Amino acid sequence: MNPAMNESSHTPPLVEISGLCKWFGEFSALYDINLQVNSGERVVVCGPSGSGKSTMIRCINQLEEHQAGTIKVDGREVMPGMKQIEEVRRDVGMVFQSFNLFPHLTVVENLTIGPIRNKLVSKTEATERAMHYLERVHIAEQADKYPPQLSGGQQQRVAIARSLCLQPKIMLFDEPTSALDPEMIAGVLDVMIELAEGGMTMICVTHEMGFARRVADRIVFMDFGEIVEVAEPETFFNSPRTERAKLFLSQLLGH
Amino acid sequence: MDRNSPPPEQRKKRFTLVDLLLFSALAALILYAGYRVNDVLVYHWNWSRVLGFLVKYDQESESWVANLLLQGLATTLRLAIWATVFATLVGVVMGYWRTCQNLALRIISRCYVELIRNIPPIVFIFIFYFFVSSQLFPAIGIYNIDRDNPWVANEVFAFLFGDPALLDNFLAGMICLSLFEGAYITEIVRAGIQSTPKGQWEAARSIGLSPFNVLRDIILPQAVRKILPPLAGQFITLIKDSAIISLISIQELTFVANEVAATTTRVFETWILVGAMYFVLCYSFALLFAHLERRAKRSQR
Repeated sequence: MNPAMNESSHTPPLVEISGLCKWFGEFSALYDINLQVNSGERVVVCGPSGSGKSTMIRCINQLEEHQAGTIKVDGREVMPGMKQIEEVRRDVGMVFQSFNLFPHLTVVENLTIGPIRNKLVSKTEATERAMHYLERVHIAEQADKYPPQLSGGQQQRVAIARSLCLQPKIMLFDEPTSALDPEMIAGVLDVMIELAEGGMTMICVTHEMGFARRVADRIVFMDFGEIVEVAEPETFFNSPRTERAKLFLSQLLGH
Repeated sequence: MDRNSPPPEQRKKRFTLVDLLLFSALAALILYAGYRVNDVLVYHWNWSRVLGFLVKYDQESESWVANLLLQGLATTLRLAIWATVFATLVGVVMGYWRTCQNLALRIISRCYVELIRNIPPIVFIFIFYFFVSSQLFPAIGIYNIDRDNPWVANEVFAFLFGDPALLDNFLAGMICLSLFEGAYITEIVRAGIQSTPKGQWEAARSIGLSPFNVLRDIILPQAVRKILPPLAGQFITLIKDSAIISLISIQELTFVANEVAATTTRVFETWILVGAMYFVLCYSFALLFAHLERRAKRSQR
């Protein structure tokens, strides 16, 4: 399905984080994070709020600057203040909790502005590509509306399509369903599942444990800015090794 | 009442008795003031001489042409429009510098804003005139401009910049006003940029836009919509502030009005007329900006 899978023993990991540390002022937000994500792999990151999940994935495309350790994306090291950070960001799609669509641009303009300004394709090609991805997230009929006219679920699917338009190598999801009304969540998760089944490499920060069970190759459990446990979904949900993971799961599934 | 019946009628706003009383009281006050002026001052109003300075009949071309006051109004308008353009340029650049990462740019823009905001306008204008424009313009040769140069001696130039003979005078006033108002526009632009939610910056960066494109395509268009009302207010303030630069002999409306008041000795008439002219000018711009604002709001939906 994914050509990179066949030669995985030779290709370096798509994302390689080692010894990552990050402080907000005096507060240690991340400490000694080590994580490798291979091409085609789906990783779900979970943990209590404030455990550093979002901060970790935001370091990958340098929306947050880390202070120690190394991050490599597709073999290339990313670091604070680097000149070609835009090239890395094109390869790393990101979906935010609060959608962050551009309210002054139509849906289709939201999708085309990235490819056009990055001079990847012509304007007509960018529009074709935008319509293609809008169809993939089942929302093509809304192309000429403005984001505030859409429901939260629709906006989030547009946001996913906006990232896909740059044809990234990996997608980062930062709690994509946390700001949605309950009846909107399924539509967004369906799109994410389709993406995963299409072979997209993904790192998802989410509390949707049903989704995690279904698509994740690995679950990464974080607490107090550290990775506490990494396991396959079945193992993690049925017999977590650590006490902290047990506590977290009991709180999450308790009622 | 069933589901399809129309909603109950709302009470209409009426001109009530209280309103009537208020307006009559106000009218009485104005009438009394008018009576006092007439009776106590014993002032003989004579509008004809002052009005004669609006337009005059030109014997040579046998037509009505603008006289001093209308010429002054034209200069004020020209000055205001050019100063608005340059003040906006200065304001956008400096406003961005106020928010950017680079420390040197932040210091420069901060100094500019604080320097101008904390000096009275008149003092700034004198300092600018004596030390900057009177030194700088000869240095770059504006005083020696050739009046017969075809670039200068044509109608388009006169329309845009007024009389070429007064070009250095006009430029001094324009730059002075631009720098002065630019400081206030800087602060408005800064507020607009900073009020754009953090998520917009992050989303724009995450799709690989360069810092310049983030600003031009994502942040500024949203900021401009938000700052349109204060910006419009500032532009109208700029027109009114342009009266101050009459002090450095820029021949705009207030300067001309001073001369007219002196030659006709009809002080009251002159200033009432000039006040009305400023009002018409500023209020037309206020209406124009209100219209633009409504349109910007509509396009956002």
